[in-house]
Amino acid sequence: MLTLANLVALIPLIVVGATAVIVMLGVAWQRHHGATALVSAVGLVLALACVPVASTALSSPPLMTMDGLALMGSVLVLLCALVTVALSHHYLTGYIGPKEEFYLLLLCAVTGALGLVASDHLATLFISLELLSMPLYGMLAYSFRAERSLEAGIKYLVLSAAATAFLLFGMALIYARTGHLDLAGLATGLANTSDAWTLAGAVLMLVGLGFKLSIVPFHLWTPDVYQGGPAPATIFLATVSKLAVFVLLLRLVTVAPVFNSDWLNTLITLLALITMLGGNLLALFQSNLKRLLGYSSIAHFGYLMVAIVAGGALAVETVGVYLVTYLVTTLAAFGVVTQLSSPFSGEDAAGLHYYRGLFWRRPWLAAVMTVSFLSLAGIPLTAGFIGKFYVLALGVAENRWWLVGGIVAGSAIGLFYYLRVMVTLYLPEPGMRRMDATNDWGNRIGGLTLLVVAVLILVLGVYPSPMIQWVAGLSTAAF
Amino acid sequence: MILVWLILIPFVGGLLCWQADQWGDRAPRWIALATMLFVLVISLVLWVTGDFALPGEVTRHWLLEWRTSWIPRFGIEIHLAMDGLSLILVALTGFLGALAVLCSWHEIDHRVGFFHLNLLFILGGVVGVFLALDLFLFFLFWEMMLVPMYFLIALWGHSGSAGQTRIRAATRFFIYTQASGLLMLVAILSLVFVHYANTGELSFSYDTLLDTDVPEALAPWLMLGFFVAFAVKLPVVPFHGWLPDAHAQAPTAGSVDLAGILLKTAAYGILRFALPLFPEESQAFAPVAMTLGLVGIIYGAVLACGQQDIKRLIAYTSISHMGFVLIALYSGSELAIQGAIILMVAHAFSSAGLFILSGQLYERIHTRDMRIMGGLWGRIPVLPGFTLCFVAASLGMPATANFVGEFMVLFGTFPSAPVVVVIASVGLVLAAIYSLLLMQRVHYGPEYRQGALRGPDAREYGMMLVLLVLTVMVGLYPQPILDITAPIAGPAAELFEQAGAELASRAGEVN
Repeated sequence: MLTLANLVALIPLIVVGATAVIVMLGVAWQRHHGATALVSAVGLVLALACVPVASTALSSPPLMTMDGLALMGSVLVLLCALVTVALSHHYLTGYIGPKEEFYLLLLCAVTGALGLVASDHLATLFISLELLSMPLYGMLAYSFRAERSLEAGIKYLVLSAAATAFLLFGMALIYARTGHLDLAGLATGLANTSDAWTLAGAVLMLVGLGFKLSIVPFHLWTPDVYQGGPAPATIFLATVSKLAVFVLLLRLVTVAPVFNSDWLNTLITLLALITMLGGNLLALFQSNLKRLLGYSSIAHFGYLMVAIVAGGALAVETVGVYLVTYLVTTLAAFGVVTQLSSPFSGEDAAGLHYYRGLFWRRPWLAAVMTVSFLSLAGIPLTAGFIGKFYVLALGVAENRWWLVGGIVAGSAIGLFYYLRVMVTLYLPEPGMRRMDATNDWGNRIGGLTLLVVAVLILVLGVYPSPMIQWVAGLSTAAF
Repeated sequence: MILVWLILIPFVGGLLCWQADQWGDRAPRWIALATMLFVLVISLVLWVTGDFALPGEVTRHWLLEWRTSWIPRFGIEIHLAMDGLSLILVALTGFLGALAVLCSWHEIDHRVGFFHLNLLFILGGVVGVFLALDLFLFFLFWEMMLVPMYFLIALWGHSGSAGQTRIRAATRFFIYTQASGLLMLVAILSLVFVHYANTGELSFSYDTLLDTDVPEALAPWLMLGFFVAFAVKLPVVPFHGWLPDAHAQAPTAGSVDLAGILLKTAAYGILRFALPLFPEESQAFAPVAMTLGLVGIIYGAVLACGQQDIKRLIAYTSISHMGFVLIALYSGSELAIQGAIILMVAHAFSSAGLFILSGQLYERIHTRDMRIMGGLWGRIPVLPGFTLCFVAASLGMPATANFVGEFMVLFGTFPSAPVVVVIASVGLVLAAIYSLLLMQRVHYGPEYRQGALRGPDAREYGMMLVLLVLTVMVGLYPQPILDITAPIAGPAAELFEQAGAELASRAGEVN
């Protein structure tokens, strides 16, 4: 039964949900872009402020758990959503048509993500995942007059539906064998039975989640959707959605032993290898920045899969640290794309030629971009290096030499295209007309947020101890 | 704390240069020059005031040491320390850094502030490499100096023959060194976790890891992880693919830094980390390393003879010279190791001199192609004379520092590996051939074009003179360098001997 004490644990989720309702009512009453964005941001900040309160809750609500992993996931989800809102505001000012619904969709998706990271039961898992995905279709197709955006939305919708079917089928199989839907029950049920059906169920669930994370054989949607979606929607997809799903996958693997059978472990190892290599190879000759970042995010989740394979106490910490570094980096990289595409004018500035010589006309923006790409490449003194260091350390500590080799090879390949983008920023400017950020970008809330994120990349790279302590504290509390 | 400042000064100076750009082109140059001279002066003061007595038997002796906790989760510290070897190399960095600023005074005419930012960041990273004693910190600096070097080559490099080649050269340089660096990181991590499994203590500290008992099956691989990273940077022949292009496309300042200091970080790394951490494996690996060194000597020299591009020629001679260093480091003889250090210093002077000269030629005749040079002796005052001196140094003429270094290397290696020394001596003959070939093609022979060219100005003259004086000084009186490196070379050779004895005894047990 749901008691008042249980509700305390759910406060962040309730606050975000309430904000969504307020935004919806506000839009129905009177449209005002600035006010809507502000209310959304305030709601997210309030929810963030409530997370410490939620962590003091004595008991978890039914079907959910508020452990360290969930808390970490919630904080990251809320922070990313906040940055997305800040970046969306400037971007949407140029949009012809209703602007306010974007925030509504975003808040709904955040609610889903918050539920997902805390779900302890296949039912909440499924509902939260759908609550996260459904608004995303709308967000991706938001500028539906642009052909690519519509294409992105529909593509994601169709493929996502297929993936959901896989997921449901997998759940059904597992339920049929064990008779349990809660993760704890699954764990005990599966401890005894480990036959072809449960294995098939686990693999099918893996396929469904692998789609959301764009693990390599299921990655085909990624570049098109990344390219087509409006920049803020892509940011949300690349950060919040992937983060929440990955946290969930980690929870499944650590709790339910079926994912730890040797056979499945080999399969995940293989997937991780082809994901990190495939993502990097596909990105090599991309000249569209959003597609390139899409492929690069595939590769990064390949690296992160090492934690899934390796397991153990260090794995949760690795996931936490790597996710933090990946998130700040991705936010900064896409943030620059958003700034250059703001205000919305049909199509985003995704072609690499828009960025040629950016340093000589927008030095700070180019500096942010450089820092984020150095971080993506995992160069020391940026956050990305700490993440890569953790993953390598985990691989070495658990003697997964194939994966370690894959990370080294993948990073070497990745350098090629990261460097290509970076040097483009500093080449002489072409004479042609180009898309550019507005002159006041640095004074706007989105621009300021972007600078803060970039500074954060450097700070985390130089002085990562506080972050490591935070993550380590939460991950030991998790199990 | 002074060690921290040695690293921070170039970084702060670099940022100042970037911001000083708005006050015109001269401000960044002067700031950069002052910064590097500051580093040089600090290290010289340390040299003069330092006490380089032979260390006691028990404790390792550091001239200066500074440590503080950084990432306690993994036992990572900011641990800096300086001994004679680091001191020489830091001083060399300061000196060549100042030269690099001076030699690009007229060459770099666009984005001056940003250029000097990159230049000083490289030098800061290099100083960090020479001072870091925590393996994590060492790796951090090792990787960090690549990024500004990449920009230096990619943005201010010579356009080469076909448009994009400088970016390609820069990318190749970066990928070679970064990928091999990651192998080293994996090796470092393995070492740390082996130590963790043995003692339950996570630490990246050099002193702690020195005594790690690595399982026999794993140790050769870890040693190779370190060796490959250093071999790429040195470069050792199968890993040298990045070097000729990077040198040929880099601006003069980049070439000076690359040949003068960056290559030395690899030799330093072998001497400081690869040998002491894995003495037995290194001892077992020595024949292979020496063979690779021999291949490098001959290969570099032969290819140098066939080059048309003057900077590529000098680049290949670097490969050849570094072959001697590699042989010396793995010979396990105190004399040879000291010779290697002198040779490193000598090579820094002579190759920097030659690169600066080719840069000055380029400013005058706008080509590096030796086919369209020739007869310059009559057309330019003074510079050909300097070229002759540095060419003589490069081929190891007595009275130059190079001679002392090579002589000591060969002499020290002979007892343990006479065959290697005999073959390596062939390299000396080849060195004479390529050096004289360079001189002949550029400065003698028929004049390709007519007309006198501008002589060196005070700045150019001064740079050359200082380099020449240093080369001859070290050549005639190398004792100060020998004095301060003896505490490093001695124990390294001793370690090698012990490892050899242990290997031999173990082999005896098996038999």
